[in-house]
Amino acid sequence: MTQLALVIDLNVCVGCHACVTSCKQWNTSSEKAGPLFDDRPYGEDPTGTFFNRVQTYEVGCFPNTETVHFPKSCLHCEDAPCVPVCPTGASHKRAEDGIVLVDYDKCIGCKYCSWACPYGARELDEYQKVMKKCTLCVDRIYDQTLPESERKPACVLACPTSARLFGDVHDPESQVSVAIRENGGYQLMPEWGTKPANHYLPRRKTRMHIHEDELVRADNPLKKEDIRHGTNDDFTLDDWLM
Amino acid sequence: MHPAFSVIFLTTLIGVGQGLYLALFSAQTYGMAKLLPAEDGRFFAVGGIVALLFLLGGLVAAVFHLGKPSYMFTRAWRGISQWRTSWLSRELIAMPLMIGITFIYILFQYFGWDADLYGWKVPGQLGLTVGVIGVIAAVGLFICTGMIYAAVKFLQEWSTPLTVVNYFILGTASGFSCAAVYAAWQGTAPQLVHFFGWWAIALTVTGFFTRGFALLRNARIKNKSTLQTAIGVRHTQVTQKAMGMMGGSYNTREYFHGKTAAFLKSVKWIFLLLVFPLPILLLAAGLTSGNTAPLLLAFVTQYIGLLFERWFFFAQANHPQNLYYQTV
Repeated sequence: MTQLALVIDLNVCVGCHACVTSCKQWNTSSEKAGPLFDDRPYGEDPTGTFFNRVQTYEVGCFPNTETVHFPKSCLHCEDAPCVPVCPTGASHKRAEDGIVLVDYDKCIGCKYCSWACPYGARELDEYQKVMKKCTLCVDRIYDQTLPESERKPACVLACPTSARLFGDVHDPESQVSVAIRENGGYQLMPEWGTKPANHYLPRRKTRMHIHEDELVRADNPLKKEDIRHGTNDDFTLDDWLM
Repeated sequence: MHPAFSVIFLTTLIGVGQGLYLALFSAQTYGMAKLLPAEDGRFFAVGGIVALLFLLGGLVAAVFHLGKPSYMFTRAWRGISQWRTSWLSRELIAMPLMIGITFIYILFQYFGWDADLYGWKVPGQLGLTVGVIGVIAAVGLFICTGMIYAAVKFLQEWSTPLTVVNYFILGTASGFSCAAVYAAWQGTAPQLVHFFGWWAIALTVTGFFTRGFALLRNARIKNKSTLQTAIGVRHTQVTQKAMGMMGGSYNTREYFHGKTAAFLKSVKWIFLLLVFPLPILLLAAGLTSGNTAPLLLAFVTQYIGLLFERWFFFAQANHPQNLYYQTV
């Protein structure tokens, strides 16, 4: 069984919002799904429907703080709570690749699925009045007319730091599975048992551990670099050689 | 959560409708068992029409909860398809069923269609049989309505059996209050008015305890999710600096009630006063004095109180997604 998902590396995300804008650009230009609405895009209080947001958090207390940029989109949960609650069957999880999708022609806009998502990944389109969410660019990743390297979600292609990986998390040898396994990939809100398919890679610190022995050559018989305590005025071997 | 007036009116109106139906049916049963003076079919038919109007009012309110009202005709029929998993789908089946059976009940009562089905030699057996099916539909609809909220485990304030109990008790209490007004208005035997009225008081007192338990439970709820589990960073000091947009989004509109804590608290005390003590006093006054006006006032007060109660029910629920939307 295939489960397509994103792996987002918080260690390299710089919070540039390129994934947000490229996602919006691709998905608002879709021929079949129609535009994602925007209200007052250049006015006061602009608002609209997005599949993806980048948020920013501060961890720690000044001066020991760290900024975490946190992209958030639908996690395509393996046990998706938003699917069984839908009364019309518009919200569904595809058996072939595990993508959670909304059929915009069946959705009645009752918002019940959005209540049943603890992550707030679903947004109602205020013009079409149907629920919208990340599709993992399903209209792109299978498009045979695109070169194979471009058959990836728009956000993955746009990321300048390659913080977003895309692949099958059920294939143990895929790039995403290896990244999760070897870099401590984790899921959001594991307490609800939703089993999100998307994983996040934690921040990693690169630290140099310098032992005192590495600075002071304790084993130097000549003690040339040592601070000389209690040396005598007699000639040493070095002095003699010089 | 943001309280939607469509759902507030839907749940309160159908609650009255179902409760009134259950009240009429109990009076019919008591009448057949000769525990109360038996009323004619016209009394139950007109009462059924009143219940039907409340149910239809709820249906109209429900239309405005859809994305577009036109979805009622173009798409809502699909809503009955997912009854295996979705409580909302089950409600979409139970509600037309309840409305349809109430209509059939009215026909049977009005035209007095009857047959000695069980050989009891008592009139009204066919009407009673239809009535029993209606009781199953009414109780089923109460369970579906309550479970829509109780089944969302992420909203911990709702995720309790008390939610279903409260929908049932508060709905029947308002329905019996309405039945007392109706019986008094129709000028029936005082025993019947007293039957409805005292049951309304008993149900309201029960509701005070069950709703009170829910309030006490919710006052000491411990949220499962924290900002730490939300973003997966283990540190005691995590604060949001930006939510990713400045003008708000569906996430900031749908999941927040947008009122102050003091406003929320005042709504709680208003509904605690309007739903429980005031209607009980007014009902008792109406029943002991034999006047219709206090009974009508009791029902109206309780219904308005229930609107406040439902608003508070929605506003109090705190969705875990709000953890992601703390700072612009």
